[in-house]
Amino acid sequence: MGGGCQVNNCVIEVDNLVAHYGQREVLHGINFSVRQGEIMVIMGGSGSGKSTLLRFLLGLNRPSSGSIRILDKDITRIKAQEMHDLRKDMGVAFQGGALFGSMSVGENVRLPLREHARLDENTMRIMSRMKLEVVNLSGFESFMPAELSGGMVKRAALARAIVMDPKLLFFDEPSAGLDPVAAAELDELILKLRDAMNMTIVVVTHELESAFKIADRITVLDQGDILCIGSVEEVKQSDNQRIQDLLNRRPRDEPMDADDYLHRLTH
Amino acid sequence: MSGITDRQRFPSWRKFVELIGYRTLRGVAELGYVSMLLLESAYWAVWGKHQHQSVRLSAIFQEAMRIGVLAIPIVSLLVFTVGIMLAIQGIETLKTFGAQATVVIGIALSITREFSPLIISILVAGRSGSAITARIGSMMESQEIDALRVMGISPIRFLAAPILIAMLVMVPVLTVIGDLMGLLGGALYTSLALHMSVANYLQRSLDVLSVDDIRQGLIKAVVFALIIALVGLSNGFQVRGGAEGVGRATTRSVVMSISFIIIADMIFTFLMNR
Repeated sequence: MGGGCQVNNCVIEVDNLVAHYGQREVLHGINFSVRQGEIMVIMGGSGSGKSTLLRFLLGLNRPSSGSIRILDKDITRIKAQEMHDLRKDMGVAFQGGALFGSMSVGENVRLPLREHARLDENTMRIMSRMKLEVVNLSGFESFMPAELSGGMVKRAALARAIVMDPKLLFFDEPSAGLDPVAAAELDELILKLRDAMNMTIVVVTHELESAFKIADRITVLDQGDILCIGSVEEVKQSDNQRIQDLLNRRPRDEPMDADDYLHRLTH
Repeated sequence: MSGITDRQRFPSWRKFVELIGYRTLRGVAELGYVSMLLLESAYWAVWGKHQHQSVRLSAIFQEAMRIGVLAIPIVSLLVFTVGIMLAIQGIETLKTFGAQATVVIGIALSITREFSPLIISILVAGRSGSAITARIGSMMESQEIDALRVMGISPIRFLAAPILIAMLVMVPVLTVIGDLMGLLGGALYTSLALHMSVANYLQRSLDVLSVDDIRQGLIKAVVFALIIALVGLSNGFQVRGGAEGVGRATTRSVVMSISFIIIADMIFTFLMNR
């Protein structure tokens, strides 16, 4: 698995990533790569390890072993200053938005500019307004995050994520907690961004409909392993039982081992 | 897992020893974390500007406002009350020896060296220490801290350093205000009870007080400020487990900082009066 990646054409390359939470191994040797300009959807049920994988891709946690190359830099071995520079090329929209509650929407969007670029106040205002236009939130600049609806919070978070014009955009659960219309709008927005700004986009989601609509390729994660990587058609036609369960919303049926069951009860 | 079944075979004393070991390790880890927090804040305060990532003055002022300026009325009231309380007790006790007039010395020394920094720090711990933990903790839960990190903004520089600096400035400032208010409280009661003029009382207080007395109080204030800020911040950054976790961390933060303040007070009083 993994691979499928010509030289210099990959933005993310994960090699044999193993990760633990405490004693428990949560990712068992993950290999995958994301090509320049594609929308890669990481899909999986709850507890599949997809959110964990995202944390490692963002450099928020350090893996037990393996390497993660982002824009040709191994973020597991990189110096703090290099990581700091790399982060300017990465934008992240978190699941709950993670907007700062004490700042207005406009200030939230401007924060990365204020901290990284030395621009005057007017330029920053114009740039943040441009990004708010892109996500259809013009006029909401002076609103506080608490005054926005769920879909608007996600779009504001997206505006903040793209304000530095990153090469790489991560989006955690774009459609979670939204009504179907708002979710569909967000999907459209993701497609528009890729086409207009030529970004590489990694989306983590458990929503099948959204995944099939936006993905160039899908990585299906299950219990810390990759089940398959492929185009929408390839995933749909996969004969893997777990993938078919996921696609058809079937509860997984795990074979019961009588000895194992007794052992669990008595120990 | 074999670890769990092994533990079940252990006798209870062994579990107890294991618990002591576990707690000790956690304590050492926490101490390490707090030291890291302090060193990194100091690093950003000194070198941040050099790397174009300065600790923002506006953030420091905002925190100083919340921690210090807004606390001035309640701090004044409390230390003023303590001054009156000391005067009542002092006059009552010293009456036994017929030495009521020496109450001035007692009040002057105990307010500046002891009560002003102690009462103020306990108040700030309850008022701001808890707020710091709750604020940082809920930012952890809502992934705002993660958002800062992925934006390449150090949460220590952006959030912790301004709080630490504001605390280190404002608790000593409040202590000076407390000193004045405490003396005033003592003066007002004493002037009524002993028919001594307030001016006379204050003059005699100034005669007794040396720079060293004020300095003792201020050194304590700095130490207590460090305790409140570091305990509040480290508990906030270690929040796990949703709203309930934030609540638990906030309680822990207040209890811990007040306990450490009282213990540190005893140690410093002992060291500085030998």
